[in-house]
Amino acid sequence: MTELPIITFALLIAAVLFILSLRGLSNQESARRGNVFGMVGMAIAIGATLTIPGLSPHPLVIAAIVGGGALGGVLAARVGMTQMPELVALLHSFVGLAAVLVGFSVQLHAGPGGGHAIEHVEVFVDVLIGALTCTGSILAFLKLRGSVSGKPMLLPARHLFNLSMLLGSVAMGYLYVDSGALWPLLVGSAIACVLGVHLVAAIGGADMPVVVSMLNSYSGWTAAAAGFMLKNNLLIVTGALVGSSGAILSYIMCKAMNRSIWNVIFGGFGADPPKAAAGAPAAPQGEVQEIDNAGLATTLLESASVVIVPGYGMAVSRAQHAVRELCELLRAKGKLVRFAIHPVAGRLPGHMNVLMAEANVPYDIVLEMDEINDDLPATDVVIVIGANDIVNPAAEDDPTSPIAGMPVLQVWKSKLVVVNKRSRAAGYAGIDNPLFYKPNTKMLFGDAKGAIEKVVTELRARA
Amino acid sequence: MKLAIVKETRPEERRVAVAPATAARLIKAGWEVIVERSAGEAASFPDRDYEAAGAVVVDTPTAWGSADVVVKVRAPEVRADGTDEATLLREGTTLISFVFPAQNPELVARLAARKINLLAMDCIPRISRAQKVDALSSMANIAGYRAVVEAANKFGSFFTGQFTAAGKVPPAKVLIIGAGVAGLAAIAAAKSLGAIVRAFDVRPSVAEQITSLGGEFLTVTVAESGEGQGGYAKEMSKEFIDAEMALFRAQAKDVNIVITTALIPGKPAPKLWLTDMVESMKPGSVIVDLAAEAGGNCECTRAGEAVVHKGVTILGYTDMPSRMANVASDLYGTNIWHLLDEMGGAAKFAFDHSNEIVRGALVLEGGEKRWPPPKPEPKPDAKGDAKPDAKAAAAPKPVEAPKPAPAAAPAPKKSHGHGGAPAKPMNGQILVAALIAFVGAFLGLRYGVSAKDMSPDTNDLLQRLTVFVLAVFVGWQVVWNVTPALHTPLMSVTNAISGIIVVGGLLGGSGSLDTAAIVGIAAILFATINIVGGFWVTRRMLAMFRK
Repeated sequence: MTELPIITFALLIAAVLFILSLRGLSNQESARRGNVFGMVGMAIAIGATLTIPGLSPHPLVIAAIVGGGALGGVLAARVGMTQMPELVALLHSFVGLAAVLVGFSVQLHAGPGGGHAIEHVEVFVDVLIGALTCTGSILAFLKLRGSVSGKPMLLPARHLFNLSMLLGSVAMGYLYVDSGALWPLLVGSAIACVLGVHLVAAIGGADMPVVVSMLNSYSGWTAAAAGFMLKNNLLIVTGALVGSSGAILSYIMCKAMNRSIWNVIFGGFGADPPKAAAGAPAAPQGEVQEIDNAGLATTLLESASVVIVPGYGMAVSRAQHAVRELCELLRAKGKLVRFAIHPVAGRLPGHMNVLMAEANVPYDIVLEMDEINDDLPATDVVIVIGANDIVNPAAEDDPTSPIAGMPVLQVWKSKLVVVNKRSRAAGYAGIDNPLFYKPNTKMLFGDAKGAIEKVVTELRARA
Repeated sequence: MKLAIVKETRPEERRVAVAPATAARLIKAGWEVIVERSAGEAASFPDRDYEAAGAVVVDTPTAWGSADVVVKVRAPEVRADGTDEATLLREGTTLISFVFPAQNPELVARLAARKINLLAMDCIPRISRAQKVDALSSMANIAGYRAVVEAANKFGSFFTGQFTAAGKVPPAKVLIIGAGVAGLAAIAAAKSLGAIVRAFDVRPSVAEQITSLGGEFLTVTVAESGEGQGGYAKEMSKEFIDAEMALFRAQAKDVNIVITTALIPGKPAPKLWLTDMVESMKPGSVIVDLAAEAGGNCECTRAGEAVVHKGVTILGYTDMPSRMANVASDLYGTNIWHLLDEMGGAAKFAFDHSNEIVRGALVLEGGEKRWPPPKPEPKPDAKGDAKPDAKAAAAPKPVEAPKPAPAAAPAPKKSHGHGGAPAKPMNGQILVAALIAFVGAFLGLRYGVSAKDMSPDTNDLLQRLTVFVLAVFVGWQVVWNVTPALHTPLMSVTNAISGIIVVGGLLGGSGSLDTAAIVGIAAILFATINIVGGFWVTRRMLAMFRK
């Protein structure tokens, strides 16, 4: 497709705006501006594409834009902050689906046997990655929603299965590139669909942050592949940006869990032999000590510094507002209150930060693991709300533990740890937590929201 | 099994081996308990309390002669009337009491002649598991507390500082030498009375325990660890002792109360507080020497007595726990209870050599000597404590402890805030290098000779590849700068941006409404959901972040 120089230039502007948009996210102040850059860039890109001479968009195109926009708007406006992981996963699947559709559209335009071999390769790669992203994301979405069990599904010969599917799609690809016929493309995308489901199914719930960021990455590569297919540099640049962003996020998440990316992709966490071996020696000894809401309130009034460690449990019970209230009450009494966020807390990178922000917690008291770990020994009380694996001392002490070597928040070094938990069950990784049996740990059993609200009431009553 | 609680005969001994409450526990656990008449009288446990607990009160010969197990506080001795308590015991009886077999070999021999099973409460190994049986500790705790109380009794002023209408009273300064169980108890007691408390110990490992109780840890600059076996201190080198003495001389002029607790097992107590130090103390000062029985840490101490030397009172009481006989009996009895429990209780009472508590305490078995017990494996932690210190003393540079490197290799995200790509995963780099090499090799082999047969398509592809690779690098650099707190907005905004695929839909969805166009339009629909949804939700999220 030949383009007017002015349109090419507009697309270049859009690409720069996208880069600036990501750049803006480097801190909270510039982030909002960054988002606006992104929107402007997108508007320019769509506008410029629509004005390409000779391109006569069908009225239905406008209808699709309006309809899609309205749907997206409703989705975005309605979603709760605790459901962000689901939304993100769902949106990934749309990118994948769109890429598949674009690929088929190109193929149908060219007709059977039409087009060059290189174009065929591009179409095939685009459709393949798109289909994989789409079905993988849908399953991730269902898993995050809880519609499908978070447990990893591990088929006996799953590596062989993956390999044969890979070989199958390569064979289909060869056939397609050779003939340009529709059917190998269809079969290839069907295989990719199954592969996407199978890859995500084998990954356990605790690895969801990695999965979501990986799918993020895939969706970027899909767009880039589409760019190659359509000979559109803007698509290539944008896809590459998104792809590397997702790759970096996956890398960070893996680092935060001390696992290799291959282990996550092909592993199936929590079901591998190490866990079985760890089962016996890791059984912690000792008694669990409980504390009640009134007791926690008293303790908090007597302490000078408090660190709150939120986890997925807080998100599930939507306790962030109660936590913020607790935080405000304590700050009003002159206590030093801070939040400690582990990189893989929650089910999405940065999930906890978003929840704390939603609850109006000032972001300068929300600290990263590396920022706060050294302060924990001098902290009077650490309140762990619905977090488990990220505060598990077994990661440091017990080399047989499946999470051995994973960097964790060293809450047990503080003077007192209060762990709020719904029950005594193990964490998402299915590992028992020796923290609960430490002499300086007290358990506050009960739903996070209810428990924290009661503590707040207790504190109010004594004010 | 019949267990006898016998009366202590030393006049200054007011304790009894088992208090009525513990006697009740023993009876409940299947023991038949007999008590010598007025055994608990001095400890404020009248006979009727034992009877109420279910024990039988008996006369002296019955108590000593009819039981399987006799429990006692002090070791048996020859009474003032000439009776040897060892002969009161029936042959084959088990006796549990303080023994100090190293100091009393002759007593052990007499008991061996009676074919007695002898368990020494002072020989319980000092391991964590044995704490519940450790009578030395429970008695030392009492002695430490009582030492402060006795000192306060003789001291002519407040411990705590006061500002009164009638004038200012400075707080008393208390120096405690030896921070074992007794020393720590003394620190806590003196601190809670309001005194300024300093404590000296040759073992650096106790510094933390001292400060945790509110004491100030005094130390000398000679680097030598006094960590000995079983939690005791060892004897120190001459240089160390000189430095220590200098420190004590300086302290002597300043402090009002000195409590010494230094003991070295099996040896006379070290002389730490010399006569000149006593003389340099302010008149009215008090010294409590808890090591009086072992010869005393202070040169002026006379065991069992309170003496005044140039205005300084020196208390050499050897019966501190006995001065609190009620609680001391209670705790000692609990130690006994736990030892009996370790030995199998009434039902399975035996001398199990594999139980290190029982084996440690066992001095005689059927008259056969079993003491001292075989040396246990050296405690790994004690070794680990002592070694680095020795090294530190030898090497001029502080030894960097070979701590296991925390597996927590800080995640590269730490680098946010300054530019530059942090170290990438190694295999990632290899992968990229391999890919580049492969593409290069392919191009070189295919088109290296002449570019003539290169199709415009391939040329085009190469150009796009250039754009792609550059964009990946830009993205890589930009994204590393994203603060982790904004990772969720990053995901949603990249989500929105990847909706750029809409362009593909737009290009496909043009022209006549054939199948291809319809498919393209469907792509537009999904892509716009992404664009609008992604940007909107990002906006919502970012609006929430506030300072």
